[in-house]
Amino acid sequence: MKRAPFRQNGNRKRWECYMPDTTYLDAVLERHGHDAANLLQILIEIQQEHGYIPPQAIDQLTAKLACPRVKIESVATFYSFLSLEPQGTYRVLFSDNITDRMLGSESLMKLLCTELWAEPGKLSEDGLVSVDATSCTGMSDQSPAILVNGITVTNLSAPRVQEIAELIRKQVPLAEWPAEYFHVEDNIRRRDALLNSNFQPGSALAALLARGAEQTLAEIKTSGLRGRGGAGFTAATKWEACRNAPGAQHYVVCNADEGEPGTFKDRVLLGSYADMVIEGMTLCARIVGAQQGFIYLRGEYRYLLEPLQQVLQRRREANLLGKDILGTPGFDFDIAIHLGAGAYICGEESALIESLEGKRGTPRNRPPFPVTNGYLDQPTVVNNVETFATASLVALNGGAWLAGIGAEASSGTKLLSVSGDCERPGIYEYPFGVTVQQVLQDCGAQDTQAVQVSGAAGICLAPDEFGRRIAFEDVATAGSFMVFDQRRDMFEVARNFVHFFAHESCGFCTPCRVGTSLLKNMMDKLAHGLGSPYDFAEIERLDQLLMSMSHCGLGHSACNPVLNTVARFRPAYDKRMSHKNYVPAFDLDRALTQARQMTGRKDAGAHLEEYE
Amino acid sequence: MSRETFTLDGQDIPFEQGQTIMQAAMAAGVYIPRLCYHPDLKPHGSCKLCTVKVNGRQASSCTYQARDGLAVESNTEELNGERRSLLQMLFVEGNHFCPSCEASGNCQLQATAYELEMMTAHYDHFYPDRPLDASHPEYLLDFNRCILCSLCVRASRDVDGKNVFALSGRGIGSRLIVNSASGLLADTDFSGTDKAAHVCPVGVILKKRVGFAVPLGQRKYDTQPISDLPKPGIEEN
Repeated sequence: MKRAPFRQNGNRKRWECYMPDTTYLDAVLERHGHDAANLLQILIEIQQEHGYIPPQAIDQLTAKLACPRVKIESVATFYSFLSLEPQGTYRVLFSDNITDRMLGSESLMKLLCTELWAEPGKLSEDGLVSVDATSCTGMSDQSPAILVNGITVTNLSAPRVQEIAELIRKQVPLAEWPAEYFHVEDNIRRRDALLNSNFQPGSALAALLARGAEQTLAEIKTSGLRGRGGAGFTAATKWEACRNAPGAQHYVVCNADEGEPGTFKDRVLLGSYADMVIEGMTLCARIVGAQQGFIYLRGEYRYLLEPLQQVLQRRREANLLGKDILGTPGFDFDIAIHLGAGAYICGEESALIESLEGKRGTPRNRPPFPVTNGYLDQPTVVNNVETFATASLVALNGGAWLAGIGAEASSGTKLLSVSGDCERPGIYEYPFGVTVQQVLQDCGAQDTQAVQVSGAAGICLAPDEFGRRIAFEDVATAGSFMVFDQRRDMFEVARNFVHFFAHESCGFCTPCRVGTSLLKNMMDKLAHGLGSPYDFAEIERLDQLLMSMSHCGLGHSACNPVLNTVARFRPAYDKRMSHKNYVPAFDLDRALTQARQMTGRKDAGAHLEEYE
Repeated sequence: MSRETFTLDGQDIPFEQGQTIMQAAMAAGVYIPRLCYHPDLKPHGSCKLCTVKVNGRQASSCTYQARDGLAVESNTEELNGERRSLLQMLFVEGNHFCPSCEASGNCQLQATAYELEMMTAHYDHFYPDRPLDASHPEYLLDFNRCILCSLCVRASRDVDGKNVFALSGRGIGSRLIVNSASGLLADTDFSGTDKAAHVCPVGVILKKRVGFAVPLGQRKYDTQPISDLPKPGIEEN
């Protein structure tokens, strides 16, 4: 039998021999307690080690986790960072948010492909590199950005792309690449109550212990603190429901899967304010009676994993995590970090819990809600990073303090991730109630045509609405704030978001699985100059269907970008209405593209006559 | 003592504690369209055909617990129109050629489409590439017709205790896969006596060498619409 060589290539081992070495896998399994509930974490480590998940590794997992092969494959194929096919020794993923595109990400990707003789989405023949696009990586304030073997590289430019191509050609290990490539700037432009707080680790826990859990919950209630993930559910209500729910264990989960295109504020909080976040989780644990917490960190923020683990370790050593926290008998709580692997849907709390349990990130049927039936079917609080950070300040300063800041139904401050056409992209913290106009002024935006608030699922505002306020009672947001000036084509903005939803649909329910792809094809049809009034009516009909029949919020909001831009920027669509009557989406000359590519033909004879 | 009831299109439907709207409706002999529901299996709520309006809000009737006094709408022009669109989506997502399909006449997708008067596929077809699996000596898998209802997945896992099937991929790339390193049914522990062999609502899981034993035109839904059967659509193939 022919035995393939065990190759060591660049900084990544390829597993191609017939008798793979399983000692490495044993260590991974050991670390994850041989527990199938940690399947996703195990798969992420295998992917990281080999660049893909080799079939031999699945054989091993099947035997050692007593987990059926189909289950492993079904989980592995759900997450876009995992792959059952070999990927390049260097896997380069270009963040494909509209803000990356506005700064030339598409041509930079082409440049890299040309430099390396690679084709997007395909493994190069020598197995050295694969290049592809991925959903927004949370670097919109320093884009274009890429992930190289899962690690963030920012501020891409043509010269930097050429340098990277050279490093890849020379197979320089990632660890030896220039450090400045990996530098991620916080870009904090405006600080308010939260970012100015000069928080001392342990101070909120001391306040909690002095005041007692019951009274601290009362303070959270008084503060009116609402979830910062976008939906704005009252934190105290969630915590109280979880506290009162019967269960052998209770859990606290920090949702750090900020996947809305254009948002990056959780990245900054986890990078520079992690103590405040973790302390918020810890006091929540005390209130609801949890001993175990999780930070679900999106895979795009892989570079934050070790720093966060260090913070956790430091806090354990300072007795702020672990057993008998701050010397209080029975106050036991610890936190594990779980990584995501490229699935926007896992930001939805029940999908996140499924993912935490090592499964596909499919949103659950609700009710029951996570507060009663969450992680491992136990009562679970899931809150956003910023919500926990704010909770720490409430414990420290009292509920009335927070209630005194912000707008009537939205107490406190909000971190906005500002990106797009402005002079100073970055983090802006404002008391709730700030006008869109004020933000635009502060970030140095000019000739602004539109602002997309709260990401692809959010709302697109035109200039006559810039007087509206960022608050749950007016324009609610998870934090994304993308600015588009007069040069931008709002149809293309909407089309980018529609592609995003089609890519991120989990595929569970019919309307979203098929509908988001149909919508994508219809928007592409318009972009190809084949649109007619019929197609507009179709798009609106489809939007209606997605809204009413979808299983979860992804499907419900997948139509927002189109509905919003049609209502406000109709001329951008009218331009696409090239035909009075319906024409088919199928375009014979375009369908011949592949044949032309295969035969290397570019001449007029390779096109249909009418196109000559 | 009066039993608890909810109304379904104005008709009083009694229910027992713990029943879903779907279960109560079926017990009362009222048809709600569905494809991913099977009374013997845990409900999934993914096909969305059984979407009803509960007190004005959309919900999947197969997962929604019945409660006293609910006002449920199902057989309305609006909901049936939306269900028709869902059926059209399922038809264009896969490769469905009814005239040559062994399941024609026994197919719940086809029967439901007749029931809801779906006349065309309406949307552009995706024409996915889904190779057949004819490896098993007794059974054939024609993935072209798969509507990703997961009934075979649930039957194999929860009834047969085997995990022969699973859904893989994501979004429009979702696919049914089987439990073997080769990816072939022959290399799994699948058997014709499995529950999973008999729950496919379309024509994916087919027994070999018995094709067209009952002539077209004399099959289950050829003689009676799916809504008229006493327990419509649940008799096993």
